[in-house]
Amino acid sequence: MTDITHASPGRPNSILAPDDRTRRRNAAEARFRLYGILAIGVAILALIFLLTSVVRNGAGAFTQTYISLEVALPADKLDKNGNRDPAEMAKVSTFGYKPLIKAAIQDAMAAQGIAIDGLKKPESLVSEDAAAQIRNYVLAHPEVIGGSRTFDMLASGRIDGFYKGRVTMQSAERDSNVSPEQLRLADALKEAGLVETRFNWNFILWPDASENRPEAAGLGVAIIGSLYMMFVVLALALPIGVAASIYLEEFAPRNWFTDLIEVNISNLAAVPSIVYGILGLALFINFGGLPQSAPIVGGLVLSLMTLPRIIIPARAAIQAVPPSIREAALGVGASKMQTVFHHVLPLAAPGILTGLIIGLAQALGETAPLLLIGMVAFVRDFPAAPPEGLFDPATALPVQIYNWTQRSDPAFVERASGAIIVLLVFLIVMNAVAIVLRRRFERRW
Amino acid sequence: MNEMRLTEREDVTMAESKISARGVQVYYGDNHAIKDVDVDIQDKTVTAFIGPSGCGKSTFLRCLNRMNDTIDICRVEGDIRLDNEDIYDKRVDPVQLRAKVGMVFQKPNPFPKSIYDNVAYGPRIHGLARSKAELDEIVEKSLRRGAIWDEVKDRLHAPGTGLSGGQQQRLCIARAVATEPEVLLMDEPCSALDPIATSQVEELISELKENFSVVIVTHSMQQAARVSQKTAFFHLGVLVEYGETAQIFTNPRDPRTESYITGRIG
Amino acid sequence: MAVGLITLIVLLIGAAGFVAGRSRALTTAGGDIRKLHSLPGYSGQAVLVFAVAPALILMAFWLVFQPLYVETRVAGMIDAADIAEGSSQNLVMSDVRRIATGLDAAIGQGVLSADDLARIHAAPDDIRSRLGEVGIAVGSDIRPGVLRAAEEYRRVTGMLRGAMSVAVIGLSLAGAAFAYTRLSPEFRARNVSETAVRMLLLLASCVAILTTAGIVLSLLFESAHFFRLYPWQDFLFNATWNPQFRGGSDLGILPLLWGTLYVSFVALLFAVPIGLMAAIYMAEYATRRVRSVVKPLIEILAGIPTIVYGLFALITVGPLLRDYFAEPMGLGNSSSSVMTAGLVMGIMLIPFVSSLSDDIINAVPQSLRDGSYGLGATKSETIRQVIVPAALPGVIGAILLAASRAIGETMIVVMGAGASAKLSVNPFEAMTTITVKIVSQLTGDTEFASPETLVAFALGLSLFVVTLGLNILALWIVRRYREQYE
Repeated sequence: MTDITHASPGRPNSILAPDDRTRRRNAAEARFRLYGILAIGVAILALIFLLTSVVRNGAGAFTQTYISLEVALPADKLDKNGNRDPAEMAKVSTFGYKPLIKAAIQDAMAAQGIAIDGLKKPESLVSEDAAAQIRNYVLAHPEVIGGSRTFDMLASGRIDGFYKGRVTMQSAERDSNVSPEQLRLADALKEAGLVETRFNWNFILWPDASENRPEAAGLGVAIIGSLYMMFVVLALALPIGVAASIYLEEFAPRNWFTDLIEVNISNLAAVPSIVYGILGLALFINFGGLPQSAPIVGGLVLSLMTLPRIIIPARAAIQAVPPSIREAALGVGASKMQTVFHHVLPLAAPGILTGLIIGLAQALGETAPLLLIGMVAFVRDFPAAPPEGLFDPATALPVQIYNWTQRSDPAFVERASGAIIVLLVFLIVMNAVAIVLRRRFERRW
Repeated sequence: MNEMRLTEREDVTMAESKISARGVQVYYGDNHAIKDVDVDIQDKTVTAFIGPSGCGKSTFLRCLNRMNDTIDICRVEGDIRLDNEDIYDKRVDPVQLRAKVGMVFQKPNPFPKSIYDNVAYGPRIHGLARSKAELDEIVEKSLRRGAIWDEVKDRLHAPGTGLSGGQQQRLCIARAVATEPEVLLMDEPCSALDPIATSQVEELISELKENFSVVIVTHSMQQAARVSQKTAFFHLGVLVEYGETAQIFTNPRDPRTESYITGRIG
Repeated sequence: MAVGLITLIVLLIGAAGFVAGRSRALTTAGGDIRKLHSLPGYSGQAVLVFAVAPALILMAFWLVFQPLYVETRVAGMIDAADIAEGSSQNLVMSDVRRIATGLDAAIGQGVLSADDLARIHAAPDDIRSRLGEVGIAVGSDIRPGVLRAAEEYRRVTGMLRGAMSVAVIGLSLAGAAFAYTRLSPEFRARNVSETAVRMLLLLASCVAILTTAGIVLSLLFESAHFFRLYPWQDFLFNATWNPQFRGGSDLGILPLLWGTLYVSFVALLFAVPIGLMAAIYMAEYATRRVRSVVKPLIEILAGIPTIVYGLFALITVGPLLRDYFAEPMGLGNSSSSVMTAGLVMGIMLIPFVSSLSDDIINAVPQSLRDGSYGLGATKSETIRQVIVPAALPGVIGAILLAASRAIGETMIVVMGAGASAKLSVNPFEAMTTITVKIVSQLTGDTEFASPETLVAFALGLSLFVVTLGLNILALWIVRRYREQYE
């Protein structure tokens, strides 16, 4: 064994000068490191790309083009008998109001001296929703009949798209819903200060609108529906989840039944969400006889789905409370139940709450199961106040987004992206609250 | 500390310092773990670092092959030279340094690979073998030097984690010597082993000093006395006394050393 | 009496029992609570438990078994003649139920009076329009036998409901009285109340088991229904998917399975290397500061709802791939494709793979790293030759979990992969998956008797079995891996 020399032939004697092999190895090291940086770069770029794409497409939904016109409200058309009886006036449908808008546009053109060759249907600059808007106003304020009044009316989707860059003169040539002449008229009215673009609260407050009125479509019903469902999830998943966590951490004996529960919880957390939709359809709607499209069913399905996602962090939070606290309470003669409810639970509360909020945020963004229980339906009426409202038809934010992407008018893509911004704002707020809670209250034992 | 050559044995006659450290300071964040240590470690000698736990002996050992680089908050100051080259020089690649200064750890840590692959790992990454036959040769030689060849020669392709604790530690020693280091650092190599395995490893250490400079950290004074020629006593991050093993244990100069070896501190 | 009202009454009895029990406990102790075994509040709770728990349990059982009893009784009244061609006993029974609820609603809203009901047999057509007025649509003409069954259904249900009200409220009162009379200073009220709470906690834990049972039973029940109408061999081995609403559909799962696996494969091909490398970099190279910025950023990807990814696939990635890859390469002109869905799903899975792998890499003991560095290995050599092999089982588990996630993903494929079921290898072609077809077969107005609808449950069952299998396997591997290093 003595024939072994210290330095083998390939090995340099100085450690100050790297040899070829070391240089090659260091190059491989640098490459490997670069792959890591690249991987992270790709992930972050994907995130940035995703968010900018959504924001760029969706920002337009928050502004809307309005045309303000003075509309004459002749009594002979709107209230033939002249006795201002609301029931009689209601017989004049929105069709009866359309000529008024047409007249209003023509008046405005005459007043501003606008003349455009080949202009047809100038009234289609204004959204079809405007007639309903005027009608509602007139029915609420019968005294305006006979005079005239200036209304801020929604511009139609194409005109709105013109000012957002979605519609151009060239595309209007090929479009059956809008003509270049109409766009020129819109420009002329804008010159005259009658057309303006401003922030669009209606997008958040109004209900959905039909296929050919993207400009009037809003998220009102969807937000209420989502809120109702979150309310149901909170009311069901929080108590059940906390109770189950307490049982499993503090009381459960080590036996096959506890193991069965544990296995079930960890597997349920990984069951695809659409399977919960099937469960909801089969159990709550077909077997339980609950109505389709109702927030109660959506809330029940989301509760079952969220439950394991609440139990897992809640158990971790309970587990993190040191045994010394329990021993101290038991030592002064408290019962096990008193120990848990007086000491362990309050100390674990911030952790439980954090998990709960994150679980709720996940439930808020969940779409697939809701499609199966009919939440994808077209709903224009706001649901009533709870508890009855829980059984009224409603939609939910993510489902409304999906619904809009299925429609042909490209203006709905803008709406869908805008709705995603609203959804993401909700999620950001919820997660921020969770982070603040964790930072402020979480103890390290 | 100049008296260290007084009772030289024959195998250290040609001794000159392999590693020399001057004014070494180590900080863990704000904690000053090693204070101004000077030490010379000779070639083909077993040097033992002893002292109570937390005295900084392992920390100092890990400075000698820059293992402390892997700990973010650790900072080393001072001058440590290997064959008169500063190992903390900017030009030094720690990878190359560690090929020359190998290390064996407190807990046996075989990789989750076969016995053969464990030993061949170092030669492979350092490119020491040009052919399979050469690699086989290196593996066999290293396992023989690790005094474990006879026990594993029939199951070279069984996982290294399947061996007993003592066998695992000897495998780790074989793995360390396979890269042909010049210095072998051992951080309490027997603390996780039973007495029989310990005596096997101690015997092995005595053989290793034929070819290597061995530095061993131990908290067992008996072990230091059995295997080492030189002993350094650390206390609270300070090198209290360094000298011939026999002298340290029979005639310590410093009262703290005496307190430690007589069991009053530690 | 409605279930909600009965519950409310029972709860009120419970509340009254609580107040009465508490004050009685104080009275029996002569106002000195030190003489009591338990605090007076516990005595109140004990009364409350006896008042509420048995009554509600009785009601729950009643509600479950009453419909079963009524149905078997009513089903006997339906003749074979009443079952129209192409229909089944089940369908007729659902008509009976619908008519019965319709009659209830009609009477409730005053569209129909009780007298009208008596005369209704004379003109069964009339009832169809009357029911339409209250929003209950009955498909075909109502046969007299069915109408009689519906009336019987209504009568028995109403009778039993009345009986239930009496029984439940009576039991509640009896329970409260029983507990109240037992109260004394020695009465161990706290133990009673705590046992009840413990039972509640146990019940809450059982919700997980009930959910699983609900999923399995509903899938099995409806799938069995489907396989009675459509042979299982065809479902499993037929290579065409072509549902027809007039019958004679081909409902083979193979093209859907192929699409599902293809999309998942593309997604994993993208997510696994990136997620794994990102995890390695974060665990082994990144400084604490970099990690504290990058890790949350990547985790944002995990918090984004899948509908957002779906829209991203639909409006951005799909057209991009079509215009810059598929069309120039002559591979197709569809913006929804396997590639679109796979790529976007890959992005979604990156944080999933990376955070799981991060945990697993961190579980590799530091001593192995030290051992490798001590031999003079570089970081990348240590990672590739020691850490990754040591972490391999765990990483494989993580990949299997990601695969199960990919297979069950719905919105991205609904919006990105397309709807045409085919067996093709061109990744730029639109294909479809199991989840897409579950959605498309179950949304809209569906008749729950046709194989075209029921196939969704068989698809759901297949999906459930596959993902469950993958999860169990993955969790088992990961657990074995963790035990190895504990």
